[in-house]
Amino acid sequence: MHYNLCDMIADITQNAVEAGSTHITLECIQTQDALKVTVQDNGKGMSPETLKKAEDPFYTDGKKHPNRKVGLGIPFLIQTAEETDGFWNIQTAPGRGTTVTMNFNLANIDTPPLGDFTGLFREILTLPGSFDMDIHRKNTTVNLDYRINRNELKDVLGGDFESAASQILLQKYIESQENP
Amino acid sequence: MTLEELRKLRGQMKTEVEKRNTEGKTIQIIVGMGTCGIASGAKETLNAFLKEIEEKGLADHVMLRQTGCMGLCANEPTVEVIVPDMPKVIYGNVNAKVAKEIIEKHIIGKQLLDKLIIDRPAADIMSK
Repeated sequence: MHYNLCDMIADITQNAVEAGSTHITLECIQTQDALKVTVQDNGKGMSPETLKKAEDPFYTDGKKHPNRKVGLGIPFLIQTAEETDGFWNIQTAPGRGTTVTMNFNLANIDTPPLGDFTGLFREILTLPGSFDMDIHRKNTTVNLDYRINRNELKDVLGGDFESAASQILLQKYIESQENP
Repeated sequence: MTLEELRKLRGQMKTEVEKRNTEGKTIQIIVGMGTCGIASGAKETLNAFLKEIEEKGLADHVMLRQTGCMGLCANEPTVEVIVPDMPKVIYGNVNAKVAKEIIEKHIIGKQLLDKLIIDRPAADIMSK
């Protein structure tokens, strides 16, 4: 499984970007002993058969790497959720996008650590592509609740997410939201 | 920080990176962030590059990009480094310490880190 939950979220969100989505919504709601994450995209979606196969680590669509025999993103999620008393669900249909729901039990000793949300958000906002993304982050234990929109930030940063200078500013901005 | 404050900070940056018209002249660092990269710690690598670039004052000269799996999963995290007038190379097993070395020796010192270069994979498993 991934080393921390933020890495898990990065992996699943990257799938949404690679599915050709124009809009992605990521919600991360944290309470005392749970982290509820939803990644909703309007990308190409999957048929029930493809979804079934995607749950199998020894399946990949063969497009990115024609001779590759494994695809571990979704299997990692299933493994993590099942081994740590969590929950996962994927709603999808061809042409209708995909919604991945992940609930992690933070009270379970085997649940990976949370990881770093600031870095996670910077990382997924700066993934290549022209998609828009809405992020909603909430942590009820410290009364934290903020939203970030990719297009808005991109506009503020002069349309540039690729220069290190922009990413340093982006990091500082997200940090100021995460730790006000 | 508000969005307005962010906009101001951005405005203070040099009109910077006229990268669009200096294509081929910009330093690029491309980190593989597929499942394999992430599982091997690519996020820490990405963070380390950003920190080191800031500390060395290179922010206006470097583009930091992410890509999916480069087909070298056994050597993750993998990083492609493109410096004008130097060979394009892919480095393997780039942890935070190696990221610092790449900035110091390759980007600033213009020296390749010979022992960490890995060959490109067979064309059939490359993402492009």
